[in-house]
Amino acid sequence: MNKKRTIKYGLPVMLALVCFACTKDLDRKPTNSLIADVAYKDMEGYQKAVAKMYGSFGLTGNAGNGSSDLAGIDPGASDFLRLYWNVQELTTDEAICVWADPGVPDFHEMDWSSNNIILMGLYNRCIFQITICNEFLRESTEEKLAARGITAGDAEKIRNYRVEARFLRAFQYWVLMDVYGNPPFVTEETPVGKNIPPQIKRVDLFRYVEQELNAIEPLMAKARQNEYGRADEAAVWALKARMFLNAGVYLGAGNERYTDAMLNARKVIDAGYSLMPAYQHLFLTDNDRNNPEVIMPINYDAVSTENAGGTSFIINAGLGSPMNGRAMGMPGNGWGGNRVTKNLPLLFGDYVNTADSRSIFYTENTNPEIDNPRDFAQGIKVMKFKNIDQQGQMPVGNPNFSSVDFPLFRLAEMYLIYAEAVKRGATGGDEALALTYLNRLRERAYGNSAGNIASFNLAYIIDERGREFYWEAFRRTDLIRFGLFTTNTYLWPWKGGVKEGRGVEAYRNLFPLPASDIVANPGLVQNEGY
Amino acid sequence: MKKIYNWSWLPLLLLLVGWQTDVQAQVNGKVTDAISGAPIPGVSIQVKGTSRGTQTDANGLFTIAETNASSVLVFTFMGKQRQEVSVGNRSTINISLSDDNHELQEAVVIGYGTQKKKELTGSITTVTAKDFQQGNIQTPEQLIAGKVAGVSISSNSGQPGVGSTIRIRGGSSLNASNDPLIVVDGVPLSGSSLNGAPSPMSLINPSDIESFTVLKDASATAIYGSRASNGVILITTKKGTSGRARFQFTSQVSAATLAKKIAVMSADEVRAHVKANGTPTQISLLGDANTNWQDEIYQTAIGNDNNLSVSGAFHNIPYRLSAGYLHQNGVLITDKLQRGSAGINISPQLFNKHLKIDVNVKGALTQAHYANAGAIINAVQFDPTQPVYDPESPFGGYFEWYSRDGQTGQVSPNSIAPRNPVALIRMQDNDNTVKRSFGNLQLDYKFHFLPDLRANLNLGYDLSRGHGNINVPENAAQNYGEQYRGVQNKFRQEVDNRVMEFYLAYNKELPQIKSTVNVTGGYGYYDNATTNFNFATLAANGDTVDGTKPVFPFDIPRNTLISYYGRLIYSFNEKYTVAASIRTDGSSRFSPENRWGVFPSAAFTWRINREAFMQSAREIEDLKLRVSYGVTGNQDGIANYSYMPVYSISSAKSQYQIGDRFYYMASPAAYDSEIKWEETATYNVGLDYALKTWRLRGSVDAYIKKTRNLLNTVPIPAGSNFSNQILTNVGNIENKGLEFSIAATPVSSEKLNWDIGFNLTYNENKITNLTAVNNPSFVGNQTGGITGGTGQTVQIHSVNHPVSSFFIYRQVYGKDGRPLEGVYEDLNKDGVINQQDQYWYKSPAPSVMLGFSTQVAWGKWYFSTVLRANLGNYVYNNVNSNFGINSNTLASNAFINGGIPDYYRTGFSAPQYQSDYYISNASFLRMDNVGVTYNVGRLFKSEAGLRVSANCQNVFVYTKYRGLDPELSSGIDYNLYPRARTFVLGLHLDL
Repeated sequence: MNKKRTIKYGLPVMLALVCFACTKDLDRKPTNSLIADVAYKDMEGYQKAVAKMYGSFGLTGNAGNGSSDLAGIDPGASDFLRLYWNVQELTTDEAICVWADPGVPDFHEMDWSSNNIILMGLYNRCIFQITICNEFLRESTEEKLAARGITAGDAEKIRNYRVEARFLRAFQYWVLMDVYGNPPFVTEETPVGKNIPPQIKRVDLFRYVEQELNAIEPLMAKARQNEYGRADEAAVWALKARMFLNAGVYLGAGNERYTDAMLNARKVIDAGYSLMPAYQHLFLTDNDRNNPEVIMPINYDAVSTENAGGTSFIINAGLGSPMNGRAMGMPGNGWGGNRVTKNLPLLFGDYVNTADSRSIFYTENTNPEIDNPRDFAQGIKVMKFKNIDQQGQMPVGNPNFSSVDFPLFRLAEMYLIYAEAVKRGATGGDEALALTYLNRLRERAYGNSAGNIASFNLAYIIDERGREFYWEAFRRTDLIRFGLFTTNTYLWPWKGGVKEGRGVEAYRNLFPLPASDIVANPGLVQNEGY
Repeated sequence: MKKIYNWSWLPLLLLLVGWQTDVQAQVNGKVTDAISGAPIPGVSIQVKGTSRGTQTDANGLFTIAETNASSVLVFTFMGKQRQEVSVGNRSTINISLSDDNHELQEAVVIGYGTQKKKELTGSITTVTAKDFQQGNIQTPEQLIAGKVAGVSISSNSGQPGVGSTIRIRGGSSLNASNDPLIVVDGVPLSGSSLNGAPSPMSLINPSDIESFTVLKDASATAIYGSRASNGVILITTKKGTSGRARFQFTSQVSAATLAKKIAVMSADEVRAHVKANGTPTQISLLGDANTNWQDEIYQTAIGNDNNLSVSGAFHNIPYRLSAGYLHQNGVLITDKLQRGSAGINISPQLFNKHLKIDVNVKGALTQAHYANAGAIINAVQFDPTQPVYDPESPFGGYFEWYSRDGQTGQVSPNSIAPRNPVALIRMQDNDNTVKRSFGNLQLDYKFHFLPDLRANLNLGYDLSRGHGNINVPENAAQNYGEQYRGVQNKFRQEVDNRVMEFYLAYNKELPQIKSTVNVTGGYGYYDNATTNFNFATLAANGDTVDGTKPVFPFDIPRNTLISYYGRLIYSFNEKYTVAASIRTDGSSRFSPENRWGVFPSAAFTWRINREAFMQSAREIEDLKLRVSYGVTGNQDGIANYSYMPVYSISSAKSQYQIGDRFYYMASPAAYDSEIKWEETATYNVGLDYALKTWRLRGSVDAYIKKTRNLLNTVPIPAGSNFSNQILTNVGNIENKGLEFSIAATPVSSEKLNWDIGFNLTYNENKITNLTAVNNPSFVGNQTGGITGGTGQTVQIHSVNHPVSSFFIYRQVYGKDGRPLEGVYEDLNKDGVINQQDQYWYKSPAPSVMLGFSTQVAWGKWYFSTVLRANLGNYVYNNVNSNFGINSNTLASNAFINGGIPDYYRTGFSAPQYQSDYYISNASFLRMDNVGVTYNVGRLFKSEAGLRVSANCQNVFVYTKYRGLDPELSSGIDYNLYPRARTFVLGLHLDL
């Protein structure tokens, strides 16, 4: 009886009590992800954060080629180089694409709007890498290192990484300044959350980048002394040289900084770099070894750094039937997208028979004219980047991904900057030295002095830059500096969407801020014309 | 499959214990309907004061043993008045049962309890077994397709066991889930998908289901609070009955055939086209075969489904045991699903019926072989001039597009050419096994000192274990790498879903003030954890593919919900009912500050026909006005930890080289620490009516659902967080609609009974806000990715437009009516065609849905059919836009493809993905089902009753849409596993 009574009255009461005791179960934590204090608990943790800081350059995301740090864009097309390359090359005489993918045709037709998805992607990719660098700077302060018990040698290494974080950030602000002019501005002081970053004017951004580069210059590893893939002081000089060369574009006529451009280029040249003996070897899978020319690369690997952007994109997008995919290290035969307008091969004159080893084109049965931009069979193809090593071997790993590292800064650019700055009137410039530098490029290209020049002018510089740097993501910036980008002084097939080419509005020298950010950030003022 | 038989027959053995065989004096008779005179099957007959009982058979006949002159038989049947009859010295008792005020006395299952239908305050529709769709039904929700106003149930494809997209009153969310909450016997199922099973619902045997109750408005759903914004479907499974053991055995055999194929160019047409337009190299690639690739990959699929159940009472304890075995082939060759299932229900009552115990345990085991569904679209694209087999081919003897290196002789499949569809299927083995068991123990205790008060405890579980592997041999072109060939992949997943609910309910009738009061208060705990095991990718020879070793051996995403709820229902004089409920939910998906959401509702019902002024209108049996308002929440379908700042470690393929080493990357995730509940407020006005003539009955409902704080992935100011978009609470969506349903029995006689049901739904969906800061220049968030090109989308979420509206260029047509390639209207008249010229054009959601069912019982024959129609739904034909172009057929100089006849209409040379030419009205009328059943009656003078039936499912589709099938909830037609036309023969044996 007692037992029964217990059940009768006790059971419900007991159950009622059980129910009100477990709200702490709502504090669920992820199994494999980490909170900041755990992620940064030791040197290994910092090392992974550094990998992300640099890896934001090379990769689309954290989980293979289908993942992306960015949203609202195809993951495979969301890495830095593919976006930047499209912006710098498809808008020019150096590339025209078959695909009608969103945003792609706008570039060569020069009628992009603020809704262009590639412009949105590049903008967000640059700013993403900046926020990653900012996060590293916040998490690596002396206080945090001390609090996490990281001292001595490890702390010293992390201090070096801090300086490199500032370099990567400065580089991306330079890209934003060059492409968009007036982006939003955040540093490690800006809190993470839902705040609204202020806009910075192009001239102020120039000043900021210059100050940052000046500040970190003495703290960087000495030139050629850092690990492969990391920035050193030569990378700082190289970025300064490039930025100062274009100062007139960024700051307006009368504010040119050619002397500073020349001086910084000279610092790099004198730091002990030398040209890779064979031009072709700069663009093969083993260019990460014994490479005396590259100042800073973006690293790719068909096994461990897989993505559909980067050099995988450059090679595959420029490859298609009837080219031989296996010879290009892509046995799948590519994606059949990009080729060049006839203007580029014509810079080499007789581009089929020229002795200039930089003329690396697929020309068999190919008409350089493009009547239908949607037909890959038309137009000259580029074979400069190849997914094979100097022995012709393909890399291990997935055969549709590339192991070719991309030269972000290389010595040849410094030679050309030096020569151009001198020609444009840099104080203390040495024209004879400039000619020497230019002929070093010619000698490498020809294998002897047959192609050497006795004098040069600015027109030579822009053409030589085309021959030396085509498909290395320089062209738009160069054409703008020479006043050739939007004007009708210089035309190429299908410029402005017509076969003969036409000039377009001058405001297109600057891209629009993406409409998505104009909506999200009420503090932004759109660039003129858009 | 031996295993399945082993344990599925076990319940039968157990049953023998309860077998009663002694026969004494017996009474037999027939039960008929008082009005129509038609026999009523399934009437429960019990000898009063004993546990002995029986049921009428299909002809309304019954026999009951062990009676004597003083026995009293109790006849009960849902919807009929209960009758008690003394046996006396009769051996035959024929009685007729009259309606128990039709269905109004029926108890309807509502959240945490039941309510009499006449007092319902919410918009609730119940469908019971007699109205279910017939035939070869593999997943439970298909039983009620087309049967309920406001509910759209559309099977996702023709794959065996595939699930359905269920939408109740349109979708209320963009990024969170739009699926309704499904509750089986009081246990809410988790929304998580089960890897290896075609759908989570495929592990529930439809033949175990007694009824569905669909809760639509907030008055009905708000008691489910946070999970109810998309409606709630309550499933009640069949339970034990009183009386002797009764067996039911059903067996079906079905043949599914392809209802329609995608129209493609014939081999001769392709040859003619290539010869006329191709390069010499391309012409040289032409083959001389005539292969219809779709014929090669599809088959007539045979299936059979057998179910056995026994129910009765053993020592006063009602029980039901069931076992089922489904074997279903797919129309795609090699596709196969086998399901063994078993269920037990016992419902004893103890302590003088003060404690009711209900135990349900269901288990299912599926073994599925999935055909490589990628073959479906390849069969459309692949060159019909090529043969299936090529003796020269290094790829298992199947014809493939490949190159052979002149020097090394090494072969490589062409990376952009399609693969041989037959080889895709035949050279891949994808075998999966999933076990699922769910069930509950419910204790319902009526207090001894206060019988009006009940305590109810429900402990439920839902566990599943899945594993499987994919094997591709070394010589298959589909995985032919330079270094690694073939595949040996594994997966394993475990889902653990636990539920505890406890409530107290107080129900008091107060006749002195003509009132009844019902108060319920309770607590719920819901925990859902999934364990995903990670494996490296292996090549066919067992080598681990570089960079695929998982960083972590497993991951356990988990979320927990805790709820407190209360409800008050007060009725006065059977005329006025007010109901109010409140629920507060805490979710582990939100930070402690934003975790708790409060979801109230209020409703009022006025039974107009009870008013004095209506008393003269004797024709009107029921007329009831319902008004309700309530708020529900949504947090399903979003990531588990999105409020937390966390770092995730990259996979092996996403490392970065620094120096000579590759490092894993630690990436901070973008997060919104203030993320919280999405809330939907629903206003509903409804009218229930019933007339005596033709037993006409139905409802009309009008509703507005306003969702705010949408869980929405939106662009955020660049630089403010670790991505350019985050999941946050921004935006509003509005759904407005009308629902109308009517059911009638125009003829009801002994010979002939005819039932008709019809329902109509009108729903209008609109996004009313998408951004935190209003900015008219923002067009919206692109969605609706299509195949072809990179990052192509054709849909958008935009303010003032329906969710997923098509956003596209307006095609310009030539004088001959043909679309002009690449010519679009310059809508903003600025002289250039660019993204500013895209416009909003229609949406995939139908504005009107219609459902029609009818059943005719004529003597021993029974006919039924179900038709459904959707009006105003639009579809983008991605098959035509991707393949109906010259550059598809003349793909490259290394291979050619087949073609689509749409090319003859457009003549497009290159893809024009963004043209509205490819969007068409896909309104349709589909006959889901037509069937006939013949009642053979008693077999060999025994008690066994036999019925045989024949059904055809997916009988026809009437539509102007030219593609394969107009019913596509995504609105994008590509790679759809065709819905088959199925012919079913069945037999149903009662014993």
